[in-house]
Amino acid sequence: MKEAFDVAIVGAGPAGTSAACILAGAGVKTILFERGEYPGAKNMSGGVLYGQELARVLPDFAERKLPIERNIIESRLWYLSKEGGYNLGYRDAIFATERKHNVFTVGRARFDRWYAEQARQKGVLVVPGTVVVDLLRDGSGRVTGVVTGRAEGEVTAQVTLLADGVNSPLAALTGFRREVKPEHVALAVKEVIDLPAEVVDQRFGVSGGNGVTTEVLGDIVGGMNGVGVLYTNSASISLCIGANLADFATFKLKPYELIEEFKQHPMVAPLIAGGKSLEYVAHWLPEGGYDTIPRLYGDGYLIAGDSAMLFNAPHREGSNLAMASGRMAAETVIEALERGDCSRKSLADYGERMAQSFVLQDMKKYRGFGPFLHHHKEIFNELPRAATFAGREMITVNGVSKREKQKLIFRNARKETSLLKYLKLLWSGWRAVK
Amino acid sequence: MHIVACIKQVPDTTQVKIDPETNTLVRAGVESICNPYDLVAVEAGVRVAEKYGGKVTVITMGPPQADSALRQCLSLGASEAILLSDRAFAGSDTLATSYTLAQAVNKLNATEPVSLVICGKQAIDGDTAQTGPGLATWMDYTQLTYVVEIIEVADGFITVKREVEGGTEVIRGKLPALLTVELELNPVRYATLPELVRSLRQEIKVLGAKDIGGEPERYGLKGSPTSVKQIFAPPPHGGGKVFETASDSDKVIEDFLSTFFEKESSILSEVLSSDGSDHAQEQ
Ligand SMILES: Cc1cc2nc3c(=O)[nH]c(=O)nc-3n(C[C@H](O)[C@H](O)[C@H](O)COP(=O)(O)OP(=O)(O)OC[C@H]3O[C@@H](n4cnc5c(N)ncnc54)[C@H](O)[C@@H]3O)c2cc1C
Ligand SMILES: Cc1cc2nc3c(=O)[nH]c(=O)nc-3n(C[C@H](O)[C@H](O)[C@H](O)COP(=O)(O)OP(=O)(O)OC[C@H]3O[C@@H](n4cnc5c(N)ncnc54)[C@H](O)[C@@H]3O)c2cc1C
Repeated sequence: MKEAFDVAIVGAGPAGTSAACILAGAGVKTILFERGEYPGAKNMSGGVLYGQELARVLPDFAERKLPIERNIIESRLWYLSKEGGYNLGYRDAIFATERKHNVFTVGRARFDRWYAEQARQKGVLVVPGTVVVDLLRDGSGRVTGVVTGRAEGEVTAQVTLLADGVNSPLAALTGFRREVKPEHVALAVKEVIDLPAEVVDQRFGVSGGNGVTTEVLGDIVGGMNGVGVLYTNSASISLCIGANLADFATFKLKPYELIEEFKQHPMVAPLIAGGKSLEYVAHWLPEGGYDTIPRLYGDGYLIAGDSAMLFNAPHREGSNLAMASGRMAAETVIEALERGDCSRKSLADYGERMAQSFVLQDMKKYRGFGPFLHHHKEIFNELPRAATFAGREMITVNGVSKREKQKLIFRNARKETSLLKYLKLLWSGWRAVK
Repeated sequence: MHIVACIKQVPDTTQVKIDPETNTLVRAGVESICNPYDLVAVEAGVRVAEKYGGKVTVITMGPPQADSALRQCLSLGASEAILLSDRAFAGSDTLATSYTLAQAVNKLNATEPVSLVICGKQAIDGDTAQTGPGLATWMDYTQLTYVVEIIEVADGFITVKREVEGGTEVIRGKLPALLTVELELNPVRYATLPELVRSLRQEIKVLGAKDIGGEPERYGLKGSPTSVKQIFAPPPHGGGKVFETASDSDKVIEDFLSTFFEKESSILSEVLSSDGSDHAQEQ
């Protein structure tokens, strides 16, 4: 195509569209490519989003008819064994009033589409149904635009932003990112269970469009390093469970077996009882952490979001990091264009901004978290078993003295694993997240 | 030559379900697509324009969301797109729909006379295949339906091959003409990037009842003598019997054979009494 652009963006997910909105807001001529029939068509349905970061891109998002599923007023954390589990939650009315939209659930298919529409209204040329298959480069290796899968499909741009998600053949092709190793990604499956809104309200004790998120740890992933989540949507519940891809290979387990078992867990089953399964999808998550982040910029290009392996596993804030990195990439590009210099040196500011923001600081904080989980499978095995024993013992009223029960629990815990191991676990757990 | 293609935005019928209680279509969450036959119609128009010179205008009557189907048609090479959208058009049956389209074609005729109108054979949701013939009748155009090949356009005539019962027929008709087209007429191109970009940026002309004139009582519900009385799903077929093979395979085979002989004895006796294997395959 003859027409040239200031910025070409690959991928209309949270990262790419955030960048596009900011760029267009500053009058930068931007083209945004999405391989799906429409933005969101290829994305995991359902997830949690964060209002604060969205507001930095679209301050008036609430007035723009953002398709919210439920506003989250309570977060629960479950630690489960096969038969039972612990439930820790925090609910606060402030999240329904003053801090409304702090966290909310959306259907990604609808959200991404809505978000890209906001970008379009700001002047971005959103081009759906088009795959970027390669990057254009000049003699010096500088990126000068993109090549799409359509005829006459080359587009030149001063800067190209790669926001094409975790599964990026482009990254592999261009060599901008090391090839992803199985242990650096999780495979997650999600199922959406259809239930009337009143039933969801009732089962979670909420009303007025509010909802609950639940993060689930423990012996629910066949002993692998993985987690589950359970989110409320308007009239459905999203169940999601995933584990490290390398573990799936070693443990020879199938994702759908995990989710079937998860659905039958005594803590989960009553919440979804009677619901019809609406859809089932599988997707990767980058969980290699800080040490797998590629170089974030170079001559004529930047990388943001999942494509840059920005995912902070313990807080499942992928889309938040994606939006923040997209925004910072755009802010960097606006200044670089003003300077008329989109070289690596000029774009280095992106690295700076990221390093100073919560994005890289959080990634760094949890640097050791992935390896910690990977090397301490007792979190998913012995520990939940010992915890269940303890829970059952303490709650069963049977004439045995509490002191005796404590002894029993302690003995059982030591049977599961040695005292030294518990200490090690605590110590390395602390070091991984401190 | 000015060619008009009529297109309809339809729900992706691979996704549409019928609510068993209310017997109405559940359209919520169902994607809209351009009727597949109509993409073939647009492509055919663009090919004629490319071969003989001219331009293609696409028209649809529908809600504002039909915009996306029109853009898709622009990306295939149509030059202009018109959306006929007005509350007055709501509730149109095929008579009112074809009347509305006819008014729009009349309006185009005033400035850029139309030689050829191309419709799909049918819409995959309504399925009546009446709109095209209705439009040809209102316009008093030559009517060529079920077209599988456009052979030639020359000297004010068009020659096409059409599907008829038991074969095909080659027929020559005077222009202006209206074609309704089959899927096999031509494959639909994959738009080039510049054409796609043009389609995304181009303005779509929106016309209402006042803009196209006509008699108000012929539009929408008022102009529709037919109405849908009931929509219902045919009763589902019962599932087949499953024979578990895990435990005892001899028993399973025995079970299967006895069920088969009970149920299919009539077929079987026929098969056994015939002398060749051909017959058995027909069953
Ligand atoms: C099961 C599951 C649950 C999750 N839950 C949450 C959650 O609750 N909260 C949260 O914050 N995060 C969650 N995440 C993570 C979150 O989905 C991602 O971190 C986030 O989507 C990353 O955004 P992105 O824009 O970088 O990439 P993506 O959202 O993956 O978007 C990339 C886009 O680029 C397009 N694309 C890719 N390649 C090309 C190409 N070559 N040409 C054109 N287009 C291309 C894709 O189609 C896609 O639309 C979850 C992830 C999974 C798998
Ligand atoms: C008995 C009956 C009653 C109906 N009552 C109602 C009603 O009360 N309310 C209501 O909303 N709908 C109603 N409909 C639906 C509506 O009439 C049809 O959807 C519409 O008239 C087109 O008919 P069709 O879908 O069968 O298309 P077909 O006639 O099968 O379509 C053939 C071709 O005509 C062209 N075409 C069809 N529709 C359009 C269009 N809108 N714009 C441009 N080109 C087009 C396309 O090229 C298409 O391929 C009714 C339909 C029937 C059969």
